[in-house]
Amino acid sequence: MTGLIRQLGAWSVGFVEELGRITAFAALILRAVVTPPPRIRPFLAELYNLGVLSLVIICVCGTAVGMVLALQGYNTLVRFGAEESLGAVLGLSLVRELGPVLTALLTTGRAGSATAAEIGAMVRTEQLDGLRMMSIDPVHLVVTPKALAMIAVMPLLSALFIVSGLFGGYAVGVGLKGVDAGSYWTSLESNVTFADDILGSFLKAGVFGVLVGLVSTYRGYTCAPTAVGVSTATTSTVVVSSVAVLIADYFITALWGS
Amino acid sequence: MSAAPTPEAHVELADVCLDFGGRSVLRGTSCRFPRGAISVILGGSGAGKTTILRLIGGLVRPRSGRILVGDVDLCRLREHQLYEIRDKLGMMFQGGALLDSLTVFDNLAFPLREHTDMPDREIAAEVERQLGSVGLADAGGLLPAQLSGGMVKRAALARALVLKPEILLCDEPFSGLDPISVKKIEALLCRINEDLGVTMLVSSHHVRSTLRMADQIVLLVDGAAVTGSPQGLTSSDDPWIREFLDDGPRDARIRESGVDADPERRPIL
Repeated sequence: MTGLIRQLGAWSVGFVEELGRITAFAALILRAVVTPPPRIRPFLAELYNLGVLSLVIICVCGTAVGMVLALQGYNTLVRFGAEESLGAVLGLSLVRELGPVLTALLTTGRAGSATAAEIGAMVRTEQLDGLRMMSIDPVHLVVTPKALAMIAVMPLLSALFIVSGLFGGYAVGVGLKGVDAGSYWTSLESNVTFADDILGSFLKAGVFGVLVGLVSTYRGYTCAPTAVGVSTATTSTVVVSSVAVLIADYFITALWGS
Repeated sequence: MSAAPTPEAHVELADVCLDFGGRSVLRGTSCRFPRGAISVILGGSGAGKTTILRLIGGLVRPRSGRILVGDVDLCRLREHQLYEIRDKLGMMFQGGALLDSLTVFDNLAFPLREHTDMPDREIAAEVERQLGSVGLADAGGLLPAQLSGGMVKRAALARALVLKPEILLCDEPFSGLDPISVKKIEALLCRINEDLGVTMLVSSHHVRSTLRMADQIVLLVDGAAVTGSPQGLTSSDDPWIREFLDDGPRDARIRESGVDADPERRPIL
């Protein structure tokens, strides 16, 4: 029994220590943001890597999710004669929850893991130490542009996911099931509000961008300089980011809604 | 008869202790590295050779002790203050540590773009000069992944020198190279030391090269450092030291041996 309590205590202390280290790492990134020179070119390159290269997967997944939602929503709504509300159901589900959350999970799998692996490989091959020896701060040059780019692309990708989902839902609802096109868009427009839904959606996506950007860069930066270390950093980036996104989603929803 | 004056120490470790994962690597290690000399750190695998270079570069912090570069104690400096000291240092890493997304040319140009106001034309000229001096004049457009082991070492050496450091740290410059490539790197290091007066600290377990090029040898034994000249250590009374150094031929040092130091005159490695 005492062994279990001791183990629980050690785990708790380790968790708090890790939180402290991530916070200190975030402070390093914040300091690097305001330290000249601004790393515009690496930032733009990361916008391309994390954002543009994620466009296809976001559009495809967004469309597929919208189509499935429309199918399921229609089958339920039609029982109550409320199929004209399909646009509202899709809009509220995608804008409030599915858009930002699924975008964050997809981006974690595609871009977050790649970020952790790339930084981890640089640790393993001593490239970050090489930068330090050239008096170049690797947090400033390598980490900060990646973290900032992740924060910047997440709301945009989320918006794209939502739009793709709405068009996917439109294709199934209007094109396949015969819902009136005007009703679809009208119910969407009248039920989704800017202040409550759109802003909340962008806030979520922004927070998820911070979480995924921070976790992926931290895991890569602190990984053991071995093949296993890089692999572990990549895996844990996906796991920790996904869990953090889902937990943060609950709290943002609870706070924003209240 | 008065004793010969002790040469001025450019870098000094004093009572340095360091542990890795509960294993004590350095136990009160003290050694001095004279200004302008080639000092080779020898020792078995895991003896702490690379660790000493990383300590001097500020990449690792000791548990206790002092690390002096000039008269500055690195252990008292914060991370951002270390960057000022690193301006005096160049480091050639064992694996090269070249940025793999940049060409060899850009790897050399990168520190110049970061730390100088030189126009692009001057940077290009300086990079070409450095690449030529290490025999890589035609390799500027290649990516690090396209280079052989010897070429990676020479590109790393050129990058370490491009900002004209006072102290050059070379981590295992001969590992994984064939004997001819080893002699070429040796010759390059000796020529750089003579031409530029750079203080060199070389970690190696290549005894023959060490005996040919070193002004001073620092032999790591059980976490402590034994320092001496090549001649002094090879005739040491300690049988372990004699046995460790027995691998080396008693030939003349490379500076007097006439080994071709000009890589341009022979095919690239």
